[in-house]
Amino acid sequence: MAAHASAAVNEELNYLNWQKGIWSWLSSTDHKRICFLYLFTILIFFLAGGVAALLVRTELAFAGPQIITDPHTYNVLFTMHGVFMIFLFVVPGIPATLGNFLIPLMIGAKDVAFPRLNLFSYYVYVVGALIGAVAMFNPVDTGWTFYAPYSTTTGTSVSLMVLAAFVLGFSSILTGLNFIVTIHQLRAPGMTWMRLPVFIWASYATAVIQTVATPVIGMTLLLIIAERAFGAGIFDPSKGGDPVLMEHLFWFYSHPVVYIMVLPAFGVIGEIIPVFSRKPLFGYKMVVISSMAIAAVGFIVWAHHMFVAGISDFSAKFFSIVTFLVAIPTAIKVFNWVSTMYKGSISFKTPMLYAMAFVFLFMVAGTTGIYLAMLGVDVYYHDTYFVVAHFHYTIQGGAVIGLIAALHFWFPKMTGKMYNETVSKFAFAALFIGFNLTFIPQFILGMEGMPRRYYDYPAQYQTLHTISTIGAYLNGFGYSFALINLLWVALFGKVKAPRNPYNSLSLEWQTQSPPLHENFAEIPVVTEEPYSYGTPTGRGH
Amino acid sequence: MSAVAHPIVDHNVPPGEPPHIHHMDTTTAYGAAKLGMWLFLGTEILLFAVMFCSFAIMRYYHLGEFHDASKHLNLWAGGFNTIVLLISSFTAAVAVTKAQKGDNAGVVKNFGFSLVCGLIFLCVKGYEYSEKARHGMFPFVWNSDFYHYKNFLGLYFCMSGLHALHVIIGMALLYWYGIRPAMRGRFSGKYYTPVELGALYWHLVDLIWIYLFPLLYLVG
Amino acid sequence: MAHSQSHSHGHEEIGHVVPESTFLKVLIALLVLTVITVLAAKVDMGKWNIVGALVIASIKASLVIAIFMHGKYENKIIWTYILIPFILLAIMIGGVFTDDPFRDHPQPFGAQAEQAAPAAPAAPAAAHH
Repeated sequence: MAAHASAAVNEELNYLNWQKGIWSWLSSTDHKRICFLYLFTILIFFLAGGVAALLVRTELAFAGPQIITDPHTYNVLFTMHGVFMIFLFVVPGIPATLGNFLIPLMIGAKDVAFPRLNLFSYYVYVVGALIGAVAMFNPVDTGWTFYAPYSTTTGTSVSLMVLAAFVLGFSSILTGLNFIVTIHQLRAPGMTWMRLPVFIWASYATAVIQTVATPVIGMTLLLIIAERAFGAGIFDPSKGGDPVLMEHLFWFYSHPVVYIMVLPAFGVIGEIIPVFSRKPLFGYKMVVISSMAIAAVGFIVWAHHMFVAGISDFSAKFFSIVTFLVAIPTAIKVFNWVSTMYKGSISFKTPMLYAMAFVFLFMVAGTTGIYLAMLGVDVYYHDTYFVVAHFHYTIQGGAVIGLIAALHFWFPKMTGKMYNETVSKFAFAALFIGFNLTFIPQFILGMEGMPRRYYDYPAQYQTLHTISTIGAYLNGFGYSFALINLLWVALFGKVKAPRNPYNSLSLEWQTQSPPLHENFAEIPVVTEEPYSYGTPTGRGH
Repeated sequence: MSAVAHPIVDHNVPPGEPPHIHHMDTTTAYGAAKLGMWLFLGTEILLFAVMFCSFAIMRYYHLGEFHDASKHLNLWAGGFNTIVLLISSFTAAVAVTKAQKGDNAGVVKNFGFSLVCGLIFLCVKGYEYSEKARHGMFPFVWNSDFYHYKNFLGLYFCMSGLHALHVIIGMALLYWYGIRPAMRGRFSGKYYTPVELGALYWHLVDLIWIYLFPLLYLVG
Repeated sequence: MAHSQSHSHGHEEIGHVVPESTFLKVLIALLVLTVITVLAAKVDMGKWNIVGALVIASIKASLVIAIFMHGKYENKIIWTYILIPFILLAIMIGGVFTDDPFRDHPQPFGAQAEQAAPAAPAAPAAAHH
């Protein structure tokens, strides 16, 4: 076949060069190309959300007005930051990019179950983003949580923005549906459920949440539009409605969505750590069970976002107890990752640095989450900067670090090139220091009572705010540097990557880098467990 | 491996034969399509679940209003529509059996009957809505006498309206994926997936109405 | 996944074939249950009315899912994904109902909105005393 005949440098036929031209990319049903369509688009919104964040942090660097003189503008900025980051960046995040690229490769399939639906879901995402762009002409100021009755009465383009979120949710549902069917139906011969890499289990759990939770927010957002359009009064107390009902329905999705954001990152870390420790993943079965448990228990904890919204004591106690429970499976994972590293032969390459950072940052995130789950403590901390710091540790320190780690780890597979380790480590350092410098002061600010979503504050809080802003700029610089480095090498890099530079055992590394359009010349037959590094009978060494 | 793109699904096959699928064999593809459709139906149920939940709590808050408002709904119209949908569900199920036996004419007749039932349903619904509008019990034309029914009626219009939209979508699916190919003799015991999937969607439409009718028209 | 036995007419049907007569029996059952549910609604049983209506609706729904939609003949995976939405609906309603019924309501819900309006005109008159 042509692919083997011309083994000359760079002219091997693969999914990148077998068809050229922009139309071949925009109309491709190849899951690997769709990964890149999503990747470039979500990174645009990462940039936009990041700019909004830096504008907010610049304003808050010192007490008194800096660059924003009116509170409405400030409200718009933090709303946009939240909407862009959550709906347009982190929720599609790892699943739409790395999930798309890796799932068929890791299970030994030629593509996902419904390739045309895959491409369609990308364009649904684009339509949602465009509707959101139109809404920017009268930008929303409700916060990304769209609480009623403000959201049902304010004059900004709430209807358009929530319609955009509805359409984006539809894209998420279609992706999740596709992945569930793919993992059930298209596993290669011998790829039993308990031989799947943990990234697949994590993606499966994520896909289930995406498919079943997203319709709930979709309908809730449509009800907000209905409320604005013809005033049924379901959420408006002056018309006999209940604003807390809206919060229940909103958080019924918006709590599971944080697991959509972070579960794939757990999967990524579970792939990286065994490879760079040259040891089998500790407790594979428990990692699998904990992934599914997080997805399941994540559906019954939502009202911990509403402890001070006016819910009953009975309700608050129930949700507080269950929230403690959901921490257990996550803690099991942390234990398993650390145990994998124990007595391993650790190699401190960039992906491993990000993975280790993830473990540390997520431990901070999880522990501070436990504080917030305690009712008495939450009464004090709710709506302060403590909460802001907590969720940035989970989402940024968790999901986004996971995405960056994954992009570095699978970069040689996706592009066939290698990036420079020194440069990537430098970016990592800037990012890690910047991130902690931004958010540790925010934990303290929260403890001192600084409320969130405030455009100004008394002078006593200024020092910590200034430090946080410096950190934010360093953080932004770190991300930009890391991503621009990868983009530069992808487009102009000359160093060719070997097929399997880290000696990983999973299926995607057994094919050429970059893979064939068809993924495998022949569908592989799987005969052993995925993490047998350093064991006498395993293929790893 | 060539540089020519294969179509993902190739229907250029003799009538009754399953299409060639680029990356799956026929049995896997059939299982995948069915699982995919059931998952999608699940998302539709969850969409309506939000409104059922809202209905439950609002009814808990305003039991009297809900009872009174419900009496203003046309029970005969609702009951008639229920029977129409049940029968259309029956013919949709029969159509699948016909397809499995290769009786394409039977598919056209039965799906066609379901489609007509859908049309009847929509006409009755349209009549109900216009009556409501005439009495000022409709969004944008509220009559202040009935404004205290707005919680119930708001939910009624959202639920029945979204349901009616799904009836329209279902009719389109029945025609495009069932009747139209069947008229060209496409289906057989070896390949009837579109008929089965179209029928599943139609049954969902019936399923939702099975819950909507008693909650909105009977119990209030 | 769908290699169920088929009633062979000499074809290799890919899935399970259900005879039309079975569907007809189910339709009749559904129509009877509809009549029952309408009649039951006319009897005033207080809060049991809604329970009864939902129970009958669920029986009808189960018949539609199991027979019309071939649910009975599907594999465990599809059964799981049929059940999940209903379980989530139950969790949703359950969770919301741990809230309001257990709140301390000083007044009936919505009463404040109704009381505010008539109270306002009375106040100026009272102030003259």
